[in-house]
Amino acid sequence: MSGAPAPEGTTPTGGPTPTGGPSSDPVVSLREVEVHRGDHLVWSRGSFDIAAGSVVGVIGPNGSGKSTLLRLLLGLLEPTAGRVEVFGDPARRGNRRIGYVPQDDTAAQPESIRCRDLVALGAGGHRVGLGPFGAARRAMAARVDAALAETASSAFAGRRLSEVSGGQRRRVSLAQALVDDPELLLLDEPLANLDLRHQRETVELIERVAHRPRADGRVTTTLIVTHDINPLLPVLTGAVYLLDGHPHHADIGDVVDEHLLSHLYGTSVAVVRTPQGDLFTRSV
Amino acid sequence: MAGRVLASAASVLADIGYQPEWTTVMGSSFMRHALIAGTLVALVAGPIGYFVVVRRDSFAAHALAHIGFPGATAAVLLGAPVTAGLAVFCTAGGLAIGLLGRRTVDRETATGTILALSTALGILFASMASEGAAAVTDVLFGNLLAVTTSQLWTFSIMAAVVLVVLAVIARPLLFASIAPDVAAAKGVATGALGLVLMVLLALVTTMAVQVVGTLLLFALVVTPAAAALAVTARPAAAAGVSSAVALVSVWGGLVLSAVFNLPPSFPIVAIAFVVWALATAWSRTGARRPTGA
Repeated sequence: MSGAPAPEGTTPTGGPTPTGGPSSDPVVSLREVEVHRGDHLVWSRGSFDIAAGSVVGVIGPNGSGKSTLLRLLLGLLEPTAGRVEVFGDPARRGNRRIGYVPQDDTAAQPESIRCRDLVALGAGGHRVGLGPFGAARRAMAARVDAALAETASSAFAGRRLSEVSGGQRRRVSLAQALVDDPELLLLDEPLANLDLRHQRETVELIERVAHRPRADGRVTTTLIVTHDINPLLPVLTGAVYLLDGHPHHADIGDVVDEHLLSHLYGTSVAVVRTPQGDLFTRSV
Repeated sequence: MAGRVLASAASVLADIGYQPEWTTVMGSSFMRHALIAGTLVALVAGPIGYFVVVRRDSFAAHALAHIGFPGATAAVLLGAPVTAGLAVFCTAGGLAIGLLGRRTVDRETATGTILALSTALGILFASMASEGAAAVTDVLFGNLLAVTTSQLWTFSIMAAVVLVVLAVIARPLLFASIAPDVAAAKGVATGALGLVLMVLLALVTTMAVQVVGTLLLFALVVTPAAAALAVTARPAAAAGVSSAVALVSVWGGLVLSAVFNLPPSFPIVAIAFVVWALATAWSRTGARRPTGA
């Protein structure tokens, strides 16, 4: 981030504006969506579109239902009212165009699996029967290697998940999501519990991944649930924020606003622009 | 007093002496049946045990054997085949445990409570049966040397069912076991697969109880898998090594039982224990530490 004013075609925070892919239909579309958890209304009147190629932060105070949006898109949760559409079709489970990195450590038993095997599950784990064999197996191994390389995880791919650090495990989980070449990437709190250096590295990785070139020419759309917007500001193009029980979507420039953020987090928030042109929010 | 104890000890040790005719024993038909039955059990206990350990469900596996116990003693009481009684109770118990869900604390205490009730029921049925202690001992500790031909047929069919079903569901089951949230998002029926595994475990338990009994089932279903996972985390390799350890334990145990006139359950479990101890010790000495971020 240099000191020059934001150049044409970028947002105030310096990230590229979403250009959409060959199709300009929205990747995600919500219409009058209402979600309950048991009897408790999580949020209602959710209506917004997310354009292809966006890098969208899902922000809001704790417990506001940020992860709920991901579960709706994954088809793991049905809305009690309204429509949730992904790639133009109703949201459903098992959509292989979606890659998902959940919040907690992906592996429940890290000592029982190697990093490489975890990634391979993302490629073929949903298939029944033994296999693949022969050429198909080699092709899948190549995809696994590519995903590991993309997330800088090749060096420790043969180790058990329990033998690598938390940050490394995070990268392996991301590789597991990438191995199926998803067009929609859902990340739930990817920066949680990481120190500053690893946060920065992860943000850089997310930026690379969000703009990864695809063989079919389509672009990747990325949604990132995060309780802290600051480290991600450089890469976000927009945000979904949960305000007063309703989800809204706006370009990141409109979201980084003191009134909106103070209302959102229920505390006084200042937006600060440094002489270098960096933008960040601060509770005051 | 001390003299009498020493004399008793000496005569006990003399009984466990080397049996010169053990090669003849190995060729007998009941030993052949024992080897076949033991092999079938080891082949299925290996991969099923792998999933049990990966899912950290060892306690459920242990409990399932005890839940089968009243089925076995009820069968003895009614004059029905023990295998059938075991199969029915183990399957029902497996489904019950599977439906309890995976929230650890509640599930552990519920499982343990059902385990205790089952064992108590089993003792009740046993006390009502006229066969008495021998049948109960067979169920509790196994009697591999009393396998009938019809039991071999039953075991073969059960083993085939388990292996075929496992071959079909192994990948999504592993996915659901290791990364349940991502697996569910990819459309894997994580809950249903867990139930299927429980039914397969019930079948394996039914077979394995014949070999080592309900009290020692852990050593044949869980211990070989734990030894395997100490050595390798590659899924196929771990399942294979698990079967291999179970096989070695059963064969080695049968040979030792003939050589030294021991009940087979003891050397079988002892070999499994030794292999597990060596594997665990080896894994602790290996350079398996985090390499930093």
